[in-house]
Amino acid sequence: MSKQDRITLPPVGAKRTNMTCHFCIVGCGYHVYSWPENQEGGRAPNRNALGLDFQKQLPPLAATLTPAMTNVVVDRSGARRNIMIVPDKDCVVNGGLSSTRGGKMASYMHTPTGFTQERLTTPMIYAADQWVSTDWNYALAIYAGLAKRVLDKDGPNGLVFSAFDHGGAGGGFENTWGSGKLMFTAMQTPMVRIHNRPAYNSECHATREMGVGELNNSYEDAELADVIWSIGNNPYETQTNYFLNHWVPNLNGGTADKKKQRFPGEAFGKTKAIFVDPRRSVTIGITEEVAGKENVLHLDIQPGTDIALFNTLFTYVVEKGWIDRAFIAKSTKGFDAAVAANRISLEEGSKITGVPAQKIVTAAEWSYKPKATGQLPRAMHAYEKGIIWGNDNYLIQSALVDLVLATRNVGRRGTGVVRMGGHQEGYTRPPYPGTTKIYIDQELIKGNGRMMTWWACNNFQTSNNAQQMRDAVLQRSAIVKQAMLKARGASAAEMVDIIYDATTKGGIFVASINLYPTKLRETTHLMLPSAHPGEMNLTSMNGERRLRLSEKFMDAPGTALPDCLIAARIANAIKAMYEKEGNAAMATRFSGFDWKTEEDAFNDGFRRAGQPGAPPIDSQGGGSGNLATYDRLRAAGNNGVQLPIKEYKDDKLVGTEMLYADGKFDTADGKAEFKPATWPGFSKPVAEMKSKYRFWINNGRTNEVWQTAYHNQYDEFVRGRYPMAYLEINPEDAAELGVAAGDIVEVFNDYGSTVAMAYPVSSAKRGQTFMVFGYFNGIQGDVTSDWTDRNIIPYYKGSWGNIKRVGSMEEYKRTVSFKSRHFA
Amino acid sequence: MDSNDRGVSRRIFLKVGGASAFGALGAGLTVEAEAATGVDTSRTVLPYPRQSVVTATKMTAGAPVAFSYPDASSPCVAVKLGAPVPDGVGPDRDIVAYSALCTHMGCPVAFDSGTNTFKCGCHYSLFDAEKSGQMICGQATENLPRVRLEYDAKAGTIVATAVEGLIYGRQANVL
Repeated sequence: MSKQDRITLPPVGAKRTNMTCHFCIVGCGYHVYSWPENQEGGRAPNRNALGLDFQKQLPPLAATLTPAMTNVVVDRSGARRNIMIVPDKDCVVNGGLSSTRGGKMASYMHTPTGFTQERLTTPMIYAADQWVSTDWNYALAIYAGLAKRVLDKDGPNGLVFSAFDHGGAGGGFENTWGSGKLMFTAMQTPMVRIHNRPAYNSECHATREMGVGELNNSYEDAELADVIWSIGNNPYETQTNYFLNHWVPNLNGGTADKKKQRFPGEAFGKTKAIFVDPRRSVTIGITEEVAGKENVLHLDIQPGTDIALFNTLFTYVVEKGWIDRAFIAKSTKGFDAAVAANRISLEEGSKITGVPAQKIVTAAEWSYKPKATGQLPRAMHAYEKGIIWGNDNYLIQSALVDLVLATRNVGRRGTGVVRMGGHQEGYTRPPYPGTTKIYIDQELIKGNGRMMTWWACNNFQTSNNAQQMRDAVLQRSAIVKQAMLKARGASAAEMVDIIYDATTKGGIFVASINLYPTKLRETTHLMLPSAHPGEMNLTSMNGERRLRLSEKFMDAPGTALPDCLIAARIANAIKAMYEKEGNAAMATRFSGFDWKTEEDAFNDGFRRAGQPGAPPIDSQGGGSGNLATYDRLRAAGNNGVQLPIKEYKDDKLVGTEMLYADGKFDTADGKAEFKPATWPGFSKPVAEMKSKYRFWINNGRTNEVWQTAYHNQYDEFVRGRYPMAYLEINPEDAAELGVAAGDIVEVFNDYGSTVAMAYPVSSAKRGQTFMVFGYFNGIQGDVTSDWTDRNIIPYYKGSWGNIKRVGSMEEYKRTVSFKSRHFA
Repeated sequence: MDSNDRGVSRRIFLKVGGASAFGALGAGLTVEAEAATGVDTSRTVLPYPRQSVVTATKMTAGAPVAFSYPDASSPCVAVKLGAPVPDGVGPDRDIVAYSALCTHMGCPVAFDSGTNTFKCGCHYSLFDAEKSGQMICGQATENLPRVRLEYDAKAGTIVATAVEGLIYGRQANVL
């Protein structure tokens, strides 16, 4: 561990590799320096690899370099090396900025004496009432043996998975392909859900059906927009450097000259920002600070009324004629039907959403009223979980994209209707082998499935109706645990018999493939250790489809492996079993996994998509992914290439900045499709919950925490700040409940109950709270309902419950700040 | 590096001991090792100066006092919070001091007396002066470095003795 008042500098000549931050979707570029522990650079600029003069105080903004950006790692050879991971000034994504999450990447690399010592370093099996380490051979004899038994006796539906489908840590094109090929081609099971939702489905069914992919512009477009809409989205906290490096320069007028150059003959006023969010987020105050309050509009709708808002705006702009009729006629279809179905007057829209009519009119004037110079404004519409996890994902997205299509705010620079995203993307898989979407959590609750694998995800903290699912799985897994406990001197094959037998009595065998044991340890029988970026080569793309290669610079701990190679080991073990019994057909199904490295998996999936002779592959790289070799990506560095790749020319990969610039969309006839999206109100179970309980339990991410806090929970900087999931509550509400800052409260409704640390904030409205989602200590998902939209997308944001004080933590009150998190 | 420093010391110990075959106690050998290398390898604490900052009675709550520590190029701020805090010093145990450079990228932080917080205008990080410089929200990866203070009751002065946490823009707090 470092002294906290000094750091070790990399010497000149220290090895430098590229790393894309593996946390949020933005994917900031970083450089990794690594060098032997017994060497260090000097303070003179020619004595350290950073080229900085540490003989005197550096001026502000000269560097981002903290003790958290350093660590000492140990290779499998036993050699100890210093590492330093610092942001890359030449990366067009972040321009040298680091966030509080990515800035800690070095801290989160495995070291035997740091907090990452909690990592899984070997396969572990629950045997004789305790967790014990085991080797891959025994672990696979159990896992593969049981999977084969289930396949042979029950067919693929007995094999259930919850798996990542993304990029970044716990993802990547290599690993989605490896896991996908195992689940969909070899096992052929449809019983798969995705890490954050209870079925195998898209979060963007509507916009994709309309022909508009959800990542259709570049981060640079936020620098060129006249108006930026931020819908159900809080980018300072969740896409930090996209906001700081691309939104802020536009909002403060810094890109005015660039706009004039790009769009001659077009008038530009002060850049405007419009937020749609029931809550006053941290980003709103910062945006007011940057752009001036008069240029920021906060449409603080009643929870769940987004559809009504967009329909009101759509109706209004059509009436006003602030639409692009030529574009609608030439490049779209279904306009008239959508106008009829979505019609809502200003008065009615105002009544439903709770937003004054004048504010809705101002938003429309800013965003859609033609400029004095004649052009339609360039309005970028960015959205995220407020919509994705909103009151009917499918209809909200339809309503929003209808408005955007009518005003042609897609396919033009400075526009785009785009997801902001959570994690990075990195999808390459064989087609899903099912014909319908299966609500997997309900299947588990009903007692279906014999073998459950959680792959790089943890639904004990992140599902909807989580408590009920957890209860069911814990009870079912306990049946298997009891059976395993009673096995004495059993061989691996006999243990498979014992486990299988227990699954016929209501039990379920649970495996977890992950970096850490996580909360799933409570239910799991087998844990397999995986690797993350830096311990393997890994490719992902960010929110502007920018593909980068994060290079391996250290060994994974112990015998941990990249997920794609774990998939290969499982497949090869099952294949060997079928070969041994002479079942050639099944052995063939499990073939094609003879990968030595993650690059082999990348070449087998991402680079083979769309190539002659290849099987069907759904890949975000499309048919031109083949052009992206590891060597070419290494050369492209932290700027990578934006998918889809157009060509490889003059030793460079050439990508695509903006989709649909030619007016051709992703439908069979190339025309974007308007979708009727009539305001439906609330579903019955949600309406009941809403009327029965006093508080809206809004929920989402917070700046300092990444996902389930799988690293952060061991990091004093984060755990000390948030020892428990916090719950923002209006101070008057808190007073009425007898709740003070730092008190522990129970949040409960008909679906479950959870606990949180009360954090009264004056920005919270009466009756509206906000709780950190997915936390390790206080799980918000326990009080979300089991209701989903037509595609089995939950309404995570739609929880209502009651709150009561259950106690007080003096330690929290002493050490945790309960001051406003709002800069302004 | 703690462990490295110890490792280096041990190696020097063996080398010197081997070459000179001293039969003396370890303490004596350490002195000899220092003499041999010209570097005092026994030190793992930086040589922070003791520096008088301000007379405690001259401070008023909400009025920050600017000073530099541990040298002229490191701006710091001492504040009297108006209520005792766990590590506060002075007659009312409410005086604390911090580096005035944001740990994220070194912009100067401004003290907000209404909330006893430090605010960075560059990337909007907030630090709590009442909670050891804890980052309330922001993009830093470290809390605000805290100047360790002592109260000289006789002279009535607040004395800076060290800094906890790396000051922005330095390899080590003491140049």
